[in-house]
Amino acid sequence: MLLSQTESEALFLSLKISTVAVAAALPFALAAAYLLARSRFPGKTIVDGVLHLPLVLPPVVVGYLLLMTLGTREPVGAWLLAHLGLRLAFNWKGAAFAAGLITFPFQLRAIRLALQGLDRGLSEAAETLGAGPLDRFVSLVLPLALPGIVAGAITAFAASLGEFGAIITFVSNIPGETQTLPLAIYSALQTPGGEAEAARLSALSIVLALIGLTLAELADRRVRALIGQ
Amino acid sequence: MMIDVRLHHRFDAFVLDAAFTIERPGITALFGPSGAGKSTVASAIAGLFRPAEGRIVIGDRVVFDSAARVALPPRLRRIGYVFQDARLFPHMSVANNLRFGWRRAPEQAGEDEFARIVELLGLEELLARKPAKLSGGEKSRVALGRALLSSPSLLILDEPLAALDAARKAEILPWFERLRDDAALPMIYVTHALDEVARLADAIVLLRKGKVVAQGAAFDLLPDLEFAGLAGTTPLGAVFAARVATHRDDGLTELAFEGGTLFVPRLDAQRGAKLRVRLRAEDVMLARVIPGAISANNVLPTTVAGVRVADESHADVQLACGATKIVARITRASFARLEIKPGMAMFAIVKSVIVDSR
Repeated sequence: MLLSQTESEALFLSLKISTVAVAAALPFALAAAYLLARSRFPGKTIVDGVLHLPLVLPPVVVGYLLLMTLGTREPVGAWLLAHLGLRLAFNWKGAAFAAGLITFPFQLRAIRLALQGLDRGLSEAAETLGAGPLDRFVSLVLPLALPGIVAGAITAFAASLGEFGAIITFVSNIPGETQTLPLAIYSALQTPGGEAEAARLSALSIVLALIGLTLAELADRRVRALIGQ
Repeated sequence: MMIDVRLHHRFDAFVLDAAFTIERPGITALFGPSGAGKSTVASAIAGLFRPAEGRIVIGDRVVFDSAARVALPPRLRRIGYVFQDARLFPHMSVANNLRFGWRRAPEQAGEDEFARIVELLGLEELLARKPAKLSGGEKSRVALGRALLSSPSLLILDEPLAALDAARKAEILPWFERLRDDAALPMIYVTHALDEVARLADAIVLLRKGKVVAQGAAFDLLPDLEFAGLAGTTPLGAVFAARVATHRDDGLTELAFEGGTLFVPRLDAQRGAKLRVRLRAEDVMLARVIPGAISANNVLPTTVAGVRVADESHADVQLACGATKIVARITRASFARLEIKPGMAMFAIVKSVIVDSR
């Protein structure tokens, strides 16, 4: 076996947490992007600013705020546990939540740009051909914005893999539960004689990043061919 | 089928105040210079623009009535709209573009109708392609087919040729003619090009600065001297219907029209075929006596119906040739020398005849 148990656990957790983070945040990013790109309402600038907060706040602060609201003894966290049976503090779901929140603005920005770049004329054409609003969203807007959606998801996924501050603050550094690759590297460096381990984990992170880049490029080409660009 | 349009809307720069009626199927040209408000009128009919006041009736359906607070959204108006820039959906094949409106039509046309339109517009070869792989003319044809297949009760063509070069225009115009002659569908053809009007239009609505300044049958308006003045163009001459009378042994084809006959080089059309004939005002000369030895094949006896000074050097003379009106553009010098007055008998020497389908 090429990887030790700690290493493969950290790798698997990183992939799982990032996947869940991106997938869970995507519908919200899509809805928010559509709202910001297509409608005008009072306080839009404020909403826009708030949605981008995770990008500008220090991740440790985000982690701290999450701990203060979603901890099992805090009001929101207690409600989630009691009514949905969902515990976020100190487990991988909390890590995914933190990563999803931190990388939400990446998805939002990419999708919003894609939506703003769409030709409104196509929507008019679809309207004269009998397509209602939902129909136009599904048959035109979504497929044409797909390159933007994919690009946003890939950027968010890559950023999630590297997320450190918010995760360690909110859900701590528990091997096999919340210890992703960056956290494992940190732990190895804290252990006397762990430099070799840290180097192996860093190399693993680099390989993962390169594979990710290649897949992203392939996905982008595939999607663009699909929509005739 | 009747279409009745009345619109009023105040813009910053001008007031749109247009009213017109379309009584018959065929092509009605919404004609006028750029900035006259043609596209705004077309958008309002389709529901893409909402005027402040007005009423739009298509057949028996009121699609817009500001007084009764009726404003159907575009998708319920059943108006096929062909945009200048085609607006094909780039992520769909030509076939799926064509089926987009077809699938969503309240009374969906059958597969046989789909096949018929594909054949009519020559789209068989294109069905599997994406719009990015089409030429400008091909895109126009697909956009036309897509609109037709949505089973519209009115088709609007908004400057469909304006984005194309001369060669592409020549390529697509015959398709429009085929469509006009094939479908019992009223069509509104928005254009600022008089030659397109001359070639395609059955009726004309002339728009200037947001107002309808003339409307009527194309065959009546085009040779009208006042119309040319209103349209701000040189008079086009005459446009009228003719049919193939006979093919002669000397290489000429004889065309019969209301008012006489014309001889043109041999046409590839059957006897009895209906055609559309254009005589450009510049191609008509006038003579007070019938000229003897002359190379022109067509010398028509006419009566002067109207005269109008066109510019510094030119005058236009409208001539009645039986029931058909034709126009000659001559110099003011000739006009004075011949002492042309309404009611006078004149021979029109036609230098060339343009023949279009129907």
